[in-house]
Amino acid sequence: MEPNKLATQLSAEDRALIKIVQKGLPVVSRPYAEIAERLATTEQDVIQRLQKLINDGSIKRYGVVVRHRELGYKANGMVVWDVPDDRVSELGSCIGRFSCVTLSYRRPRRLPDWPYNLFTMVHGRNREEVKQKVEEIVLCCGLQDIDHTILFSTRRFKQRGASYTAPTNTNGCGGFIRLKTTEDTTS
Amino acid sequence: MTDISRSFSALEKRVLNDFQHDLPLSATPFADMAQQLGVSEDEILSTVSKLQHDGVISRVGPVFTPNRIGVSTLAAMSIPEAELECVARIISAFPEVNHNYERDHEFNLWFVVTASSEEHLDIVLHEIEQHAEYPLMSLPMLEDYFIDLGFNLQWA
Repeated sequence: MEPNKLATQLSAEDRALIKIVQKGLPVVSRPYAEIAERLATTEQDVIQRLQKLINDGSIKRYGVVVRHRELGYKANGMVVWDVPDDRVSELGSCIGRFSCVTLSYRRPRRLPDWPYNLFTMVHGRNREEVKQKVEEIVLCCGLQDIDHTILFSTRRFKQRGASYTAPTNTNGCGGFIRLKTTEDTTS
Repeated sequence: MTDISRSFSALEKRVLNDFQHDLPLSATPFADMAQQLGVSEDEILSTVSKLQHDGVISRVGPVFTPNRIGVSTLAAMSIPEAELECVARIISAFPEVNHNYERDHEFNLWFVVTASSEEHLDIVLHEIEQHAEYPLMSLPMLEDYFIDLGFNLQWA
């Protein structure tokens, strides 16, 4: 596996803070005071640490995080492209500028099973809208000769805390009656 | 289960659309939002709470840059349809797994695995393969071209 080259060193205090805030701020008048209390520190210290994480690029965005599916953007297409290596950066940046796109990453190919090296996430109200947007992207970024495919999500399997322990021997998936644990089946 | 066909009030729409990035780091972020929208802090707190409760907002807070506070990878598996739901359940049970989707492809199960270190990640990937009893294709992010400004909601 390729190294994750950007990983930074964090203090124990930063890690403890991140563990709390990555689940979101408490929706109260003074959220940082409440977090500070849990960390046995001050409100000002919490705010300063977060500001530092924003300034050094560890935090990419700070605000309301919406869930597309619940907002009616029920179709999300993972659009994967087989781009010549020397054009990935240029084309990835072009695609990443569309408002319907929420992700644009270069990832490794895994030949022969997996030839695609650019991953983009395109959202729409339905599959047709996603396909239409992909067509616009193709035209706009000049991707007519680039092989791509759209992987639509058909189900979101949710995790619910640590209420389930995985078995250690067989996967137990062969022919047993299964509990329904999925949600949000979409077409 | 959220009613996705619900309509949103003018206040809800602005809460959803106007604060996806650059929420000021003041001691009273919800009061700041209230002031900007010309409503009371209590109205903002109850609106945000309700949207969060309904699952429309997943949270208010930071979105971390991939691979800066930990390491992660996108994993894909090819699972026979009859076993998919069950294998997906096994995988979702790992606390290191934070998204887990079925997709319509030969590789039909896709999920993100996040860990504190490269070593921890390798161990988790290995454990997932062992428990699922299917091979896993790991596709770590090599470069990020996306400038995250949130999602521009175009209200119909």
